[in-house]
Amino acid sequence: MATVAAYFDVDGTLVGSNLLGPTWVYLSNQAHPRQSLMRVGRALLSGPAMAFAELRDRRLFNEMLFSHFRGMSRDRIRVLAEEVFEDMLRPRIFLGASDLVQRCHDAGQRVVLVTGSLDCYIQPLAEHLGADHVIANRLEYKEGKATGKLLRPVVAGPEKAGLIVKDAHAHGCDLSRSFAYSDSYSDVPMLSVVGHPACINPDKRLARLARAYDWPILDIDQPPRGSAGAP
Amino acid sequence: MTVSHPCVVTIDHRSKPRVLFSGDQLVEVDLPVGTRVIYPKPPMEPLPNPAAAVRYALSHPLDSEPLHAKLRPGMKVTIAIDDLSMPLPPMRSPDCRQLVLEPVIAMLDDYGVEDIELIIATAFHRPMSEAEIRHIVGGRTFERFWPDRLYNHDAERPGGLKYLGTTEDGIEVEINRRAAESDLVIYVNLTFVPMNGGHKSLGTGLVGYRTLRHHHNPQTIRECGSYMEPKRSALSAKMDRVGELIESKVEVFHIETTVNNRMFAGPLEFLSRNEDDLTHAEERALKALVRSLKLLPQPARHAIFTRVPAPYEMIAVYAGGCEAVHAAILEVVHRQLCVPVEGQADIVVFPIPYISPYNVGAHLNPLLVSVMAEGYLFNLHRGAPLLREGGTIILLHPCSDKFDRDQHPAYVEFFHRLLPQTRDAMELHKRFERDFAANPAYIQLYRTGKAYHPAHPFYMWYWGENGRRYRSRVIVVGADNEYVPGILGYETARTMDEALRMARETAPPDPDISVFRICPVLMADVTIPSDTAAEAQIVGEAK
Repeated sequence: MATVAAYFDVDGTLVGSNLLGPTWVYLSNQAHPRQSLMRVGRALLSGPAMAFAELRDRRLFNEMLFSHFRGMSRDRIRVLAEEVFEDMLRPRIFLGASDLVQRCHDAGQRVVLVTGSLDCYIQPLAEHLGADHVIANRLEYKEGKATGKLLRPVVAGPEKAGLIVKDAHAHGCDLSRSFAYSDSYSDVPMLSVVGHPACINPDKRLARLARAYDWPILDIDQPPRGSAGAP
Repeated sequence: MTVSHPCVVTIDHRSKPRVLFSGDQLVEVDLPVGTRVIYPKPPMEPLPNPAAAVRYALSHPLDSEPLHAKLRPGMKVTIAIDDLSMPLPPMRSPDCRQLVLEPVIAMLDDYGVEDIELIIATAFHRPMSEAEIRHIVGGRTFERFWPDRLYNHDAERPGGLKYLGTTEDGIEVEINRRAAESDLVIYVNLTFVPMNGGHKSLGTGLVGYRTLRHHHNPQTIRECGSYMEPKRSALSAKMDRVGELIESKVEVFHIETTVNNRMFAGPLEFLSRNEDDLTHAEERALKALVRSLKLLPQPARHAIFTRVPAPYEMIAVYAGGCEAVHAAILEVVHRQLCVPVEGQADIVVFPIPYISPYNVGAHLNPLLVSVMAEGYLFNLHRGAPLLREGGTIILLHPCSDKFDRDQHPAYVEFFHRLLPQTRDAMELHKRFERDFAANPAYIQLYRTGKAYHPAHPFYMWYWGENGRRYRSRVIVVGADNEYVPGILGYETARTMDEALRMARETAPPDPDISVFRICPVLMADVTIPSDTAAEAQIVGEAK
């Protein structure tokens, strides 16, 4: 019998973070303060272009953002990944995230994180939450240094849907019985390929769509009933 | 047909049109001569001093030592409280539960009991909001205990339930851990219809899916004569065994209350009376109300009926051991609700109002319309169903395709994805219930949102199982669409005349027609004339 999977977007869905926070940690923690200053300066200068790209195409935005990693050593990226997880991600994990992931496991579902963030710092998050698999962006390296390019396929927007379909085929998952969770309208393709889409803290456009199609809208940052401060 | 009780009125040539609920509208209906309209009984006299009655009940309990004799300093006490699903609509302050809680908590204080927690026994119902909890427990109790020591039961909290054992017939019993580990549980109950109260309070209110699935299933409902009649209810029998097991492990002191059926306050009071008995002024007011409701938008209509709390009054309170207390309360409930009716009917009209126990503060969605007709109202009988087997139900309701997304998210999927595949309760139970009950998204909504548990729409469908198996047809009058009744397996008619014409096509010649004139709530105490009963017995034996 085919298995059932639960596909989770990460930023804004399980964790109150976005792509910029971790990138900031990387750019501002270079071996020499001057290098940090230069990288941050270059990133700030490209800010308006990235903002425009974000409006047009999430994939283009990801590629522009991660191009600022060019020249960073693999070791440094790996070491800083721990710091990113401990300082940026772990404190921002939503209150009910672990419980929701655990409940998916209890229901016999395979939990997969699908995110435009980098695999290096999503992996510790996946281990912390108990996810089974990660589909994330990966940096390209040459001679131990990041080239500033992302390996194909770039995980963003509609591409996430294709990656979920491939993953489901590879693992014998029945997509019509599977679940997907996201906070963003840009993830509508990913939500549309499963039988049970759900929104977590959705943006306005996604919330409107969710109401139209009766997709559940969850708030996992609330204390559950039966505990102090519950609604 | 003999008129045996003032609440049973037979329509004649001089009778005025009847005014019946159809959701949050009122419709005037001309009924054929000979139709029997069964009205609720007038409200019973309230207790003159409810606070004194509560104090008396606590110190003169039935089949138990007084509450004060069970108390000792340093003990751990949990007070479980019925949620706001009863009475309907919510009653005016002070709620019965407040009248009970205040002296109970004062007594606990007097006896040095400090470890007290209050749990709203919601089972799989939506959580009560802060304002609703304040309303039922009263401001003083709320300020003192909310939110750390006064909260909603969470049937899905990891580690939140404690397994107590398995009954002889295999029901696994686990209840709220706090209650299970208490030295004393005090259950404060409001019995509105005979299905409430007794062992059901703990056996449902504080348990989880592992226990509920044993008695909330189609097989149990099929084995019930009526789940509103505990002696003929397999559901009630199973609850009794669950309750007995709980009480063998945890000491429980029951306090049950009930209210009269004074549902409508001053200006709407005439809604509960026979239309022929209204004064000219009341008649004009009723006509004006009917017309106004037609013109008003739906939210305004809903507000008219739900914003004003009902003036229910406490008519009885008993405390002590579960069975003795419940039997005493049921006797009063029956006295208030039961209207003696002689003989069954081939066609029964159920006006479906705007409210049910499962949509407080929300729209009555199509699944709940079906539950009201084939579940609640069909089962509100004693002795025998008001409807003759194979008869036709006519219900009045718009049956709009409207669901409250916050309270009933799983209902939407149940109604629009599962019911078009099958209406067979057993198949729904076997094929889909477990997956729904474990759906992580819906459970999240139950725990942190305002939603009913995802297994709840299944239970609601099972609630209508006996009505569905017993009747032959359901005809909806006043539906604003065809497909919602279609999903439920119902036919539609534009008017009551048309519905009656359709029903007569499959009824015996000169059929008996009855109208179950709810609201307020009532029960038909049906006696079958001896010749009919004998005839039924002969037919049964021949079969």
